[in-house]
Amino acid sequence: MKTARSMVLVSADPESIRRGSEKIYSTFQEELSQLGLQDEISLSWLSDSGRHNALPMVVIYPEAVIYGPITPEDVPYIVEEHLNKGRIASSLVAPIHELSGRIAWLSSRKGTLPAEKRIVLERAGIINPEDVQDYILHNGYKALGKVLITMNPLDVLNEVDASGLKGRGGAGFPTGQKWRFVSKATSNKKYVICNADESEPGTFKDRLVLEGDPHSIIEAMAIAGYAVGADEGYIYIRGEYALAQERMRLAISQAQELGLLGDNIFNSGFNFNIHVHSGAGAYICGEETALIESIEGKRGEPRSRPPYPTTNGLWKKPTLVNNVETLANIPAIIRKGASWYRSIGTPKSPGTKVYTILGNVNATGLIEVQMGITLREVITIYAHGMKGNSTFKLAQTGGSSGSIIPASLQDTPMDFESFNKAGVALGSGALLICNEDTCIVDLCKVLVNFFKNESCGKCNPCRIGNDRAYQILSNIAEGVGTMQDMKDLESIEMYLYQMSNCGLGQTAGTPIKDTLSHFRAEVEAHIKLKICPTGVCRMSGHKVN
Amino acid sequence: MIVLDADISVKVHKAVQDAIQKYGASDDELIPILIHINHDLGYLPSQALEELSVIFKKPKSKIFSVASFYGMLSTTPVGRHVIRFCESAPCHVVGGRVVFQALIDVLKINPGETSKDGKWTLLTTSCLGICAVGPAFIVDDDIYGNVAPAQVQTILARYE
Ligand SMILES: Cc1cc2nc3c(=O)[nH]c(=O)nc-3n(C[C@H](O)[C@H](O)[C@H](O)COP(=O)(O)O)c2cc1C
Ligand code: FES
Repeated sequence: MKTARSMVLVSADPESIRRGSEKIYSTFQEELSQLGLQDEISLSWLSDSGRHNALPMVVIYPEAVIYGPITPEDVPYIVEEHLNKGRIASSLVAPIHELSGRIAWLSSRKGTLPAEKRIVLERAGIINPEDVQDYILHNGYKALGKVLITMNPLDVLNEVDASGLKGRGGAGFPTGQKWRFVSKATSNKKYVICNADESEPGTFKDRLVLEGDPHSIIEAMAIAGYAVGADEGYIYIRGEYALAQERMRLAISQAQELGLLGDNIFNSGFNFNIHVHSGAGAYICGEETALIESIEGKRGEPRSRPPYPTTNGLWKKPTLVNNVETLANIPAIIRKGASWYRSIGTPKSPGTKVYTILGNVNATGLIEVQMGITLREVITIYAHGMKGNSTFKLAQTGGSSGSIIPASLQDTPMDFESFNKAGVALGSGALLICNEDTCIVDLCKVLVNFFKNESCGKCNPCRIGNDRAYQILSNIAEGVGTMQDMKDLESIEMYLYQMSNCGLGQTAGTPIKDTLSHFRAEVEAHIKLKICPTGVCRMSGHKVN
Repeated sequence: MIVLDADISVKVHKAVQDAIQKYGASDDELIPILIHINHDLGYLPSQALEELSVIFKKPKSKIFSVASFYGMLSTTPVGRHVIRFCESAPCHVVGGRVVFQALIDVLKINPGETSKDGKWTLLTTSCLGICAVGPAFIVDDDIYGNVAPAQVQTILARYE
C-alpha cells in the first residue's frame, strides 16, 4: 500500500449520507485531482464515530483535525487551506462540546480532554473498515499469525486465562474458563459463535466494532476456534444492523481471499470458516441458547439449562458463545500479553469497558475507559455535565436489565466487583443519565413495557408477570393506584426472579425493585396524594385494564 | 389497475423461489429466507408459508410459528411504508413521547394500525441501536434521529 502525506476521512454513517456526505466525498475527489494531489493524499470513508451533532464531518490526519458540520461548498476551502497551504481552517473546526466517543478521543490526544484508553475500539474510525490491507497495516492478523505459528492451543487458553478477561455480554463470566470448558468437551465438531445481537436498549458499542473494525472479530474468532478446537463460526448480527452485516460479509470474503480464513491457514493445518447470520428482530435472541435456536431456524426461545452450550450448543455440538466486545479484546491480549492487559483497569476487572452515554447530558456518545471509573467522573468529564445545568437524579445502567442507580451511589467505581457489592449491575455498558425532570414511575413503566414486549412467552411467570406489572404501573401513572399495588409489584418482582426460565424474566423485575427501594416516596406520592411530582404522568384518573 | 389473484400468486411464488435460490433450503437458512421474502413482498403471505412448508418438509404451523415470532417479519399485509418508532427508555427520556404523539397526530392512526389509503403502517419497536441520536424512528429502511415534533410532517412528506 502507498503511504500518503495526509489522510482525509469523510463520515459515512446514515445521518451523514442523508445530509449529503457523498457529495462532499466526490467534491474532495474532484478538488484533489484538480490540484494533482490525489496520490499524496488518501481519501476514504469514516465509519460511525459515535457522535452525531457535527455531521457530516471530515477528519484530516496526521493532525487529527475535525471539521464539522461540513457542506460540499466548504470543501474547496479546506483543500486549499489545510491540504495545500498546511493551515488549519479554524472557522470550520467542529466545536469541542459537540464531540465525544471516537472523535473526542482524537481531540484528547491533542490535550483537550482526559484521554480514554482504547483497546476494543483502537482502530474503529481510524482505519478504512472495507480495506483488509489497512487492518493489516495496523497490527491486524499479527495475533492470529503468532498463535498459529508459535503457540499450541493450551498456550492460548493459558494466556486468555491469565489476562483475567471477563465476558462483556452482560454476565461477566471469565472468558478463559469458558474457553477451557469448550476445549475439554470431546466432539468431532465444535462451533464458535460471536454474539452480535446487541438489542439491549441504549447499547450500540458492538455495532461500532462491527462497522469500524470487522476484521478484528474475524481474527479473534479464528484464535478462539484454534484454542477450543472448532473449525466453524457464526456471527449472529441483529437484523436492524444492515451496514454491519454488509461490512462483515465483505471482510470475511477478503480474509478468505488472503487465506486468513479457510483451509490450512498459515500452513498450520488449522481450518476455520465463518458465516454471518442475520437476526430478525427479537431481543431474546441475545440470550445464548435462544440465539442458537434461532440459527437453527426456530423460534428464539431459550433452552432449559443445563446442559450448557459449552457441551450441547449449536446442532447439539460444543459451542463457544462470546460477545463482540469480549472477542475484540483477544487480538491485543495475544499480541501484547496477559500481564500488559492486567496492568489496565482494576485487579479483579482488568481491561477497559466501552460505555454508551445517553440521556440528559451535554454530550452523548461512546467512550472506552479503564474499568473502575465512577459515574460522577463519566458525567462531569466525558458527558460535559448535565444538560442546562440540571440536577442528576438517577442513572440506569446496562440497558433495561441494568440497575437504577440513585445519585447517592455515583461515586462507586464501575467494575464488576464494586458494583456487585453495591447491589447494582454493570450490564452491557449503557449509561442512561436522567435529570430531575424524570418521573420514576414513568421510567419504570417504559422499562417494564420493554420486557412485556420482548418476553418470548414460553414461561408463565415472565409472560404474565411483566404484563401485570405494566398494568399496575400504568394505573399508578394515571392516579388510580393503590397501596396494595405496591405490595403486588413487590411479589411480582420476586416471582419473576425466582421462577422465570431465563435471564430475561429473572432480571425483568430489577427496575421495579430499584424503584421501590430508592424512590418509594415518589411512587407513594402518585398513590396517596394523586400527584406526579415531576408533572410527567397524566394522572387522568382512568383505570387501565 | 386491477391486480388479478393469479398475478399475486405468481409474484409470491417467484419471491419464494428467489430466496431458496439465494440461500438454499437448509434449516439454518429459514430465517434469512423469511427476511428475504418479507422484504420483497412487504409481508409473508399465507401462500409463501405454504410453499416453504413443502420445501422444508415441515408443517405450515411450524413455519408460521417461526414467522410470527420475529419483530421484523409480518404475517399480515402492511401499508406501503412502515414506520417503526423506538419506544425504549433512552429515546423516551430525551423527548420520544412528544415525537410519537406528533406522528399519531399527523398520520391519524394508532400504533399497530394501517391508514385507510394503505400508505402508512405505524409500529413501535424496541431500541434500534442509534440511541445517541434519540428520539429515533425508521421509515422502511431510512433512519431518522434527533427528531423534533415539528420535523415529523416534513419527513413524512418525502414519501410517495
Ligand atoms: C435476555 C438476554 C439478552 C442478552 N442479550 C445479549 C446480547 O445482545 N449480546 C450479548 O453478547 N450477550 C447477550 N446476553 C448474554 C448471553 O446470553 C451470553 O451470556 C453472552 O453472549 C456470553 O458472552 P460473554 O461471555 O463474552 O459475555 C443476553 C442474555 C440475556 C438473558
Ligand atoms: S433507545 Fe431508541 S434507538 Fe436505542
